[in-house]
Amino acid sequence: MSAIDTRTPLIEIIDLKKHFKLNGGAKLHAVDGINLKIYPKETVGVVGESGCGKSTLGRSVIRLIEPTSGQILYNGRNIMKLGGGKMRELRKELQIIFQDPYSSLDPRKSVIEVIAEYMFIHRRYKTRAETYHRAVTLMDLVGLARRYANSYPHELDGGRRQRVGIARALSLNPKFIVCDEPVSALDVSIQAQILNLLMDLEEELGLTYMFITHDMSVVKHISNKIMVMYLGQCVEMATSDELFANPQHPYTRALLSAIPVADLSTRDKDFVILRGEVSNPINVKPGCRFAKRCDYCTEACTLADPGPVEVSPDHFVSCFLMKQEV
Amino acid sequence: MSEAILEIKDLWVIYKTDLETVAAVNGIDLRIGKGKTMGLVGETGAGKTTTALSILRLLPSNTGRILKGSIRFQGEDIMGMNEARIHAIRGDKIAMVFQDPMTSLNPVMTVGEQIAEAILLHNEGIKTAEVDRRVDDMLGMVGIQASRKGEYPHQFSGGMKQRVVIAMALACEPELLIADEPTTALDVTIQAQVLTMIKDLRDRLGTSMLMITHNLGIVAKICDDVAVMYAGEIVESGTVEDLFLGKRHHPYTDGLFGSIPSLTSRATRLTPIPGLMPDPSNLPKGCAFEERCAHRMEICLKQHPQKATEGTHSILCHLYGEKP
Repeated sequence: MSAIDTRTPLIEIIDLKKHFKLNGGAKLHAVDGINLKIYPKETVGVVGESGCGKSTLGRSVIRLIEPTSGQILYNGRNIMKLGGGKMRELRKELQIIFQDPYSSLDPRKSVIEVIAEYMFIHRRYKTRAETYHRAVTLMDLVGLARRYANSYPHELDGGRRQRVGIARALSLNPKFIVCDEPVSALDVSIQAQILNLLMDLEEELGLTYMFITHDMSVVKHISNKIMVMYLGQCVEMATSDELFANPQHPYTRALLSAIPVADLSTRDKDFVILRGEVSNPINVKPGCRFAKRCDYCTEACTLADPGPVEVSPDHFVSCFLMKQEV
Repeated sequence: MSEAILEIKDLWVIYKTDLETVAAVNGIDLRIGKGKTMGLVGETGAGKTTTALSILRLLPSNTGRILKGSIRFQGEDIMGMNEARIHAIRGDKIAMVFQDPMTSLNPVMTVGEQIAEAILLHNEGIKTAEVDRRVDDMLGMVGIQASRKGEYPHQFSGGMKQRVVIAMALACEPELLIADEPTTALDVTIQAQVLTMIKDLRDRLGTSMLMITHNLGIVAKICDDVAVMYAGEIVESGTVEDLFLGKRHHPYTDGLFGSIPSLTSRATRLTPIPGLMPDPSNLPKGCAFEERCAHRMEICLKQHPQKATEGTHSILCHLYGEKP
């Protein structure tokens, strides 16, 4: 584990915050103090339920949403202060694949035009012919038959549309890709095809992913490291194997227990039922955000934020229970 | 084998427009035992929802058409019923929970009124006080405070709305509940709440259920019997034990299991099914799964497979059928 730490992270997020201003002066703390290191060729999974701020985090990291405060270091360089021109230059290396392949593609552009668009914007090649040639090789790379080059997005099924989105994200030879729920809108058999494709591309092109999802089995499958988010904060972070073998935070445990497993041996096991629902992180008060739904809640939980505790090497848990043990 | 509450035999449903004819359901047999929960599994476009709508006679009247087959509910032929009779059954004896709670509630009626509507409709001459009491009971049963009955759907979260929809469906204590992907739009922890609630209510009221889902985990958790649908056909059916523990499976079922990332073992690659479901307006002559199948034989191209049955377990595949 410590061997990893000697390398420079490709992306380092330090105390990143994104607060949205609401009507009446209220503030929604969508992302609230996230720290994360992503090393080259690593896949970091970010999981959480809807409204936990995982998509906002993904977009803030590549500054599609301007963060409120904090730092984002890319190869050790703070990209928060970069001006428009320099940031545009850097966008080639930082890309994103969106959840919904139905709404993230321009309906009036054909497949080849969608894939070529970024290359035209960044004047990647001198001629149109070269650009389109590269677009066709990208179609081969993502397993999209060349006969679809002149099709429009509405003519394709979800899996093929997602392949178009992936080809587009790859068109500028990125180093880092944020995958924002890329398989959630797809049927299981198609989901498996796309997951395999993403893993192959990671290997072949040496990519680094931040993989955002709400699906615990998908995140386990694809990630080296996993961060569990709850209401804008990281509640637990560990390597994939460690998190599933040894979950510590009450929220992580509930989340893992809530998954219906396709296996009869767990049929009679009851789910750990969490009381209530995810609330809104609007004008949050100090204290653990999970306290209201937690069975282990004590007075301390409602008074101050539990900071992260390293319970074992590279396994961080933000819970007062851990502090007592340490 | 217990008494059947619903029995579908050789059902064929098409959607016909000026441009094309879509073969949505192609000769399925389905039998739900009294008090049992049947899981109907399959991917988008497999014909699961069409089957459910056929049972309630809710197919879109301008395009949907049942070509042949029979659907019998408690021995009574649903397709031969007149409008008055099906109205009396729909919502009272057979109720349905739709996938999306956001669109299946009326935004300009309070949730209390919407639950009361079903009770009023199926209980002529019932007293207002009695209706109120039953609405309160239903809300209590699904874990919503009765004091919230005057609120509108937008004031509830997704999980709460789905509870309201389930309360509406159960208001008349139906004999058969059809749940069409009831938790797909919900987060996992909320899904666990709703599934546990459905399971408890089913056990308490003895309701039979048709659970439509694409999630094999949900099937393992709450179903007694399973039918796997592909391109309008039931390619495999049996008890949950047959499906999860049986040795022989339809290649499509194997593919579905191979596509799910495992939580317990660390596999490096998934083994998905290559390709896509065939176009339902132009189905192949032989086996519908032939194009994507790893065990494809010559006969699969030419001839439609026959059902091979062993005890409760049926598989529609040439691998197991009698070779001619």
